[in-house]
Amino acid sequence: MSAPKLVQGYEVVIGFETHAQLSTQSKIFSRASVAFGAEPNTQACAVDMALPGTLPVMNVGAVERAIEFGLAVNSHIAERSIFARKNYFYPDLPKGYQISQFEIPVVQGGEVSFFLEEGKETVHKTVRLVRAHLEEDAGKSLHEDFIGQSGIDLNRAGTPLLEIVTEPDMRSSEEAVAYAKELHKIVTWIGICDGNMQEGSFRCDANVSVRKPGGELGTRREIKNLNSFKFMQQAIDFEVRWQIDQIEDGHAIEQATVLFDPDTGETRAMRTKEDAADYRYFPDPDLPPLVISRDWVERVKSDMAELPRVMAERFVKDYALPEYDATQLTQSKAVAAYFEATAKACGQPKLASNWIMGEVSRRLNSGEVTFDTIPVSAAQLGALISRIQDNTINNNSAKQVFEVLWTDDANAQGAADPARVDAIIEAKGLKQMNDTGELEKIIDEVLAANPKNVEEFKAGNAKALNGLVGPIMKASKGKANPAQVNALLMKKLS
Amino acid sequence: MTTLHNMGVAELAHALQTKQVSAVEVATAFLARTGGNPHNTFLDIDSEVTLAQAQASDARIAAGTAGPLEGVPIAHKDVFVTRDFATTAGSKILSGYRSPFDATVVQKLSSAGMVSLGKVNCDEFAMGSANENSAYGAVTNPWDTTHVPGGSSGGSAAAVAARLAPAATGTDTGGSIRQPASFCGITGIKPTYGRASRYGMIAYASSLDQAGPMARSAEDCALLLSAMCGADLDRDSTSLDMPAENFSAKLGDSLAGLRIGIPKEFFGDGLAADVRTAIDAALKVLEAQGAKLVPITLPRTELAIPVYYIIAPAEASSNLSRFDGVKFGHRASAYTDLVSMYKKTRAEGFGEEVKRRIMTGAYVLSHGYYDAYYLQAQKIRRMIADDFQRAFAECDVIAGPVAPTVAWKLGNNASDPLADYLADIFTLPASLAGLPGMSMPVGFGEGRLPVGMQLIGNYLQEARLLNVAHQYQLNTDFHNAKPEGV
Repeated sequence: MSAPKLVQGYEVVIGFETHAQLSTQSKIFSRASVAFGAEPNTQACAVDMALPGTLPVMNVGAVERAIEFGLAVNSHIAERSIFARKNYFYPDLPKGYQISQFEIPVVQGGEVSFFLEEGKETVHKTVRLVRAHLEEDAGKSLHEDFIGQSGIDLNRAGTPLLEIVTEPDMRSSEEAVAYAKELHKIVTWIGICDGNMQEGSFRCDANVSVRKPGGELGTRREIKNLNSFKFMQQAIDFEVRWQIDQIEDGHAIEQATVLFDPDTGETRAMRTKEDAADYRYFPDPDLPPLVISRDWVERVKSDMAELPRVMAERFVKDYALPEYDATQLTQSKAVAAYFEATAKACGQPKLASNWIMGEVSRRLNSGEVTFDTIPVSAAQLGALISRIQDNTINNNSAKQVFEVLWTDDANAQGAADPARVDAIIEAKGLKQMNDTGELEKIIDEVLAANPKNVEEFKAGNAKALNGLVGPIMKASKGKANPAQVNALLMKKLS
Repeated sequence: MTTLHNMGVAELAHALQTKQVSAVEVATAFLARTGGNPHNTFLDIDSEVTLAQAQASDARIAAGTAGPLEGVPIAHKDVFVTRDFATTAGSKILSGYRSPFDATVVQKLSSAGMVSLGKVNCDEFAMGSANENSAYGAVTNPWDTTHVPGGSSGGSAAAVAARLAPAATGTDTGGSIRQPASFCGITGIKPTYGRASRYGMIAYASSLDQAGPMARSAEDCALLLSAMCGADLDRDSTSLDMPAENFSAKLGDSLAGLRIGIPKEFFGDGLAADVRTAIDAALKVLEAQGAKLVPITLPRTELAIPVYYIIAPAEASSNLSRFDGVKFGHRASAYTDLVSMYKKTRAEGFGEEVKRRIMTGAYVLSHGYYDAYYLQAQKIRRMIADDFQRAFAECDVIAGPVAPTVAWKLGNNASDPLADYLADIFTLPASLAGLPGMSMPVGFGEGRLPVGMQLIGNYLQEARLLNVAHQYQLNTDFHNAKPEGV
């Protein structure tokens, strides 16, 4: 661990509360659908509307997803947890209380680990979790659509959420974003949440405070509903600067809930502690304690896919990859599968990793394409790497082949055939010049044409060699093997 | 054949099934008696609906597909939501509310063939012991119309006592079936918590609310309870995972050797002499049938009052939050903003006692008070349940009075809500423990007002309670007594 990064002499302290919408078909306490985007109030049944006489019945699927999450982050799964009512009045809260978990949550403790670039270093960071609890979402108030009144859409009411709470373990906005991305990866990897931030399936609240290093924790302000990683970083950075300015100007920070406005890039207080409601939490008498047997946990565990950290460990062990590569290649199931298929096709895991983290992700980042729609198949990338490995082509030519594969219509039309690699090499005449005689002829011609560089090199200027390699590669139309060029040059000039 | 309205559930079911009378004839006879709404019992009646149901019953009887209670009429307490009748829970805030679904209990009784006569009055949201807290006016006691019928199921009890219905559903949170049954001289049973589904029963105090039947005899109650109970796990998580039980099949057991526990705390100074006399006489009858009286103690009986009046209002304060004017029911006509809409709607919609309990409940759940009130009350609640288990090691059933007095005069406790609370002392302990309890008529006290005896059983021992009452009723006639002029 490196020393905490300071901002104007202040240490930044961040904790997160994340609401992950669980990927169940129906709501947490009713059978209504949770599908997004339906006409208002068409997916709210009597229970969701809190009609008199209705009662909640626990959706077992939501509990199983909470168990899966707990297992994924090494938490304790409570044998017995309690649902509580959080009482407050709001039009989009139909019962006048939200069913949540308060004193005894279903998931207790745990941790989320990730890598983080700090300058040129790659740092390993672990954020401890306090808890994760099940709760229901509220409906939505539609203030814009009605003149002089508000509309209420209860479609979202009762949607299952897992609220994941961290210790205040993050020390910069970069760490906070890295944590959020890692958490996002975990929940989407294990499939308990679709991770769609625009639709609100993964919403983060950041508790931010600053302090002098070693001092008491500062008063925190909570930035609500951060629904993109970009805004998250902007909001925290603004908030940190604002708090430091306040303190430097001699003002105390008042505990508050704030909202980030992406248009102004500023945070703005929504309510302060004085307005904080007394939620009158008490155990919900409509729901018996949630009892989870060890058998149930074991059953869920045995049905779970390999977790990212377990898979990364396996990549290190089976493919001899550095830990960093293994972590990068387990950012999603799709990239992991693509890597494994490529590595198997070429037998060169490290090269496969380099290509995926390099050329492939460069292309993915610059376009709309994801691993699900990637135009270059793993078999093709494997074949390409094999051609580099067996000296058929050099790395530069390989990039050209890759470019053709990526953009080529023939390839897009489902011909993701590894044979395409050789066909392109052939068609573009990219085969490496492995005939020493031909290469020596080119080198001799270039040496003769550049006596000045030869002299300078002999006089001890190693850089002068570059002035020779360039023309040689050019004369070979890029097909010379750079290593071979170097070796022959050294021989001739020594 | 007796006049139709003087027949009980079992008799009517038999007459209907043997086609001595049609369901339409029975329904017509009872509907005729509800004209002018005697005792202010009914809140909603719709003869078309009732007669249509009766016709459907007659068709099933003719087709040979009749249910066990086919064609027998029943009135439903207004806290059960119904599609065919308005449901108000005795509150202005739900004035004219119509539910899109039937309560499970209503639906089960309907499946058994019963015909709905309509909805009967009750204390607002079942909060009260005299039926004086209804937004739709007090119900009067058919035995003496200057007296209360008890509550909160006062409309149910009065309807059965006045022979306006052979049976009614009731709900019991702290005694709301047993006490009005006692005050009106009928039989009623609150089963073990979780026996009957709470789905569609407008919640007052969720951890205590239980539905049960109110009728003239234990035999009738057994028939009704058999049809009402059963697991409803898809709709009520607190429903017990128990199959339906035929309580009528177990009414033949002898009382010989039965150990009846007599809690000394139920026979203290607070017990009125006339009630005590009637209870003592009833115990003698049971002894004569072979039962043995065993002195027991329920040491935390008095604590049941503060414990109940913390837990029930706490739950109620939260349960009643949904009545906010946003989605259904009453909304104030003039308001300036959201908060003023909430305040005016709830101020106009709720009655005094409901407001009192909401405030009490909000207070005991507040930050800083929760531990001292709510948590402490929960601890004592568990101790009260433990006391019963110790008692049941020594006896099979517990017997005592339902209430310290007979029905009091209308308006008697109007200025003193605590007096009503204190009168719940004998019914609250079984409610807090979730035990089954029943009331059966055992005589008359001052002013020829009925006295009821309470029987409390261990969990799931409803059949035993009903059998004790039935054996008593085989040897007595109090359950057949009716108010003058009926």
